Amino acid sequence: MKVRLVLAAALLAATSLSASAQQLSVKLGVLNDRSGIYSDLAGEGSVLAARMAVEDFEAEKKGIKVEIISADHQNKPDVGSNIARQWIDQEGVDVILDVPTSSVALAVNQVVKEKNKIFINSGAAASDLTGPQCSPNTVHWTYDTWALANGTGTAMVKNGGNTWFFITADYAFGHALERDTSAVVVKAGGKILGAVRHPFPGSDFSSFLLQAQATKAKVIALANAGGDTINAIKQASEFGVTQGGQALAGLLVFASDVHALGLKTAQGLVLTEAFYWDLNDKTREWSKRFAARNGQKMPTMVQAGVYAGTLHYLKALEATKTKDTATVMAKMKEMPTDDPLFGKGEIRADGRKIHDMYLFQVKKPEESKGPWDYYKLLSTIPGKDAFRPLGEGDCPLVKKG
Amino acid sequence: MFELIGIPPQALFGQLLLGLINGSFYAILSLGLAIIFGLLNIINFTHGAQYMLGAVFTWMLLQYAGLNYWVALIVVPILVAAIGVVTERLLISRLYDLDHLYGLLLTFGLALIIQGLLRNQYGISGLPYSVPSQLTGGHNLGFMFLPNYRGWVVAVSLVVCLATWFTIEKTSLGAYLRAATENPTLVQAFGINVPRLVTLTYGLGVGLAALAGVLAAPIYSVNPNMGADLIIVVFAVVVIGGMGSILGSIVTGFGLGLIEGLTKVFYPEASGIVIFVIMVIVLLVRPAGLFGRAA
Repeated sequence: MKVRLVLAAALLAATSLSASAQQLSVKLGVLNDRSGIYSDLAGEGSVLAARMAVEDFEAEKKGIKVEIISADHQNKPDVGSNIARQWIDQEGVDVILDVPTSSVALAVNQVVKEKNKIFINSGAAASDLTGPQCSPNTVHWTYDTWALANGTGTAMVKNGGNTWFFITADYAFGHALERDTSAVVVKAGGKILGAVRHPFPGSDFSSFLLQAQATKAKVIALANAGGDTINAIKQASEFGVTQGGQALAGLLVFASDVHALGLKTAQGLVLTEAFYWDLNDKTREWSKRFAARNGQKMPTMVQAGVYAGTLHYLKALEATKTKDTATVMAKMKEMPTDDPLFGKGEIRADGRKIHDMYLFQVKKPEESKGPWDYYKLLSTIPGKDAFRPLGEGDCPLVKKG
Repeated sequence: MFELIGIPPQALFGQLLLGLINGSFYAILSLGLAIIFGLLNIINFTHGAQYMLGAVFTWMLLQYAGLNYWVALIVVPILVAAIGVVTERLLISRLYDLDHLYGLLLTFGLALIIQGLLRNQYGISGLPYSVPSQLTGGHNLGFMFLPNYRGWVVAVSLVVCLATWFTIEKTSLGAYLRAATENPTLVQAFGINVPRLVTLTYGLGVGLAALAGVLAAPIYSVNPNMGADLIIVVFAVVVIGGMGSILGSIVTGFGLGLIEGLTKVFYPEASGIVIFVIMVIVLLVRPAGLFGRAA
């Protein structure tokens, strides 16, 4: 009898002990393109970024057990939303990260909202994510079509590029980018001469470039991304677009694209990004650590965004000690953001993360000091001007408040 | 200025010329596929990967060995063809007696492996390769600016296509080849080494794919997926032309390039599917293809 009592007491003590040291255990799913045209700018690098965030945060020491899984959405909305559903329903995923390709991101956005989990998007561009389709469960971290249009569009018009022709990827992202850029150009006093929509992904752009040349527009704007942009820029230089006096505007160009093009082809291109590895000491330190583990490839802004987003989520988790979606989301929006890559910022009510954006120009080959030394900083667009004003996005969450 | 169907004729000529250039790639690639299918009865799904290898090897020669485009133009097709020959001897030759499906699965699997390995090594964004200095610049034709390199591509592909067609249809070597496909046992009885003939034919088909890859390197993004995107279209070209028809694949290759080019002007959104729509129509009306003979 006595023995049994002691045993029971010991058991009780053991359970209460484990309860007091109970760990918060979360599962993060990095969902992106791992084999197609966006796999270099997101892909495995984004998974690495999430892992580095967990390590740098020392989550384990703070009693947060983090598991990271990843999958390939193949840039297909149906594949992406199926994986998201399966992750949440069967594998207990709490947060979905990254999700480039706007069409997929918009689909995943719906699934996460319906299942009441958290979606921290870094890779997608469509500003609709914090506009008409905004969700209380979504944070759009790195950039969006409005910010890109605002940065590159305004700068080009200011430099005399007042007539525009668009070569647009024929899906949600391309359409959003064309729409937002057109608005900026028209507002700044420019004129839109036309647009052509190309199948996604495409490989031959010569026909579209020829149509663009025929319009005599001063600016030929590429409303596409990744491999499409690379092909278009490569072929534009072949067809003598810039020699003919027309300027090329890459509306969404990543450092990995410039790397693939080579400076000889890409030089002079003006572009807008949220992050560049060589901005300051903190970005350099992190990027070098990242590159060492990523086959010497420097991070893109998408990968940087996954890191920063994960870090902010973990901070909110530490502060709230729960993974209840509403509580954590409220904390994430209430707490100012601060990380080595994007500096200080905030998450707005519509889910838009606010930070500075940068207008860069691609260096000439002779200006570059070594591999990955690609950009010259033209100007910094302060966070308050970089993104669409809160009231103009038609986000239902904002109207309520 | 008069207009043709709402488009100034200058623009139309330009687009037709571009269509012809794209058609050159379709023609060389589908020619290789048609030869391999016609003579080996293998549906070579590795063709796209072999085309990609052509482009990647071109880049590698420059990057690691400092050898320029002109060397690559000769060396790379031979190199890739040699790899093809080894593959044929080691793997594909075991499948000749089996159903088409096995060959298709094997070559498709090989393509995935090759693409996967290179993707791991080089990523997907592509490797930079410039137009050779002798062919940079271009001519203003009045209705469009034609880069010299594109003109070169059309010329090379026309010559290569005609030479291949001539070899197979008009020379004694070609006659052996065609006889060997009709009745290998009989041809072997005449003292001709049929297995070697078949191996060399596969090598030739693969070499054509690699040549297209070398031609593509300076103008398209050189990346591990470049062939996968193209191969489906090229298969459609072969089906439209008639499986195994040499002349058919050349003519349809150029023809479909033109049609696709026109689609890019009139309704660009459909340019990705127009070839498949034509394929469906052709299959409904002439199941053997435009130039194929009904079995």
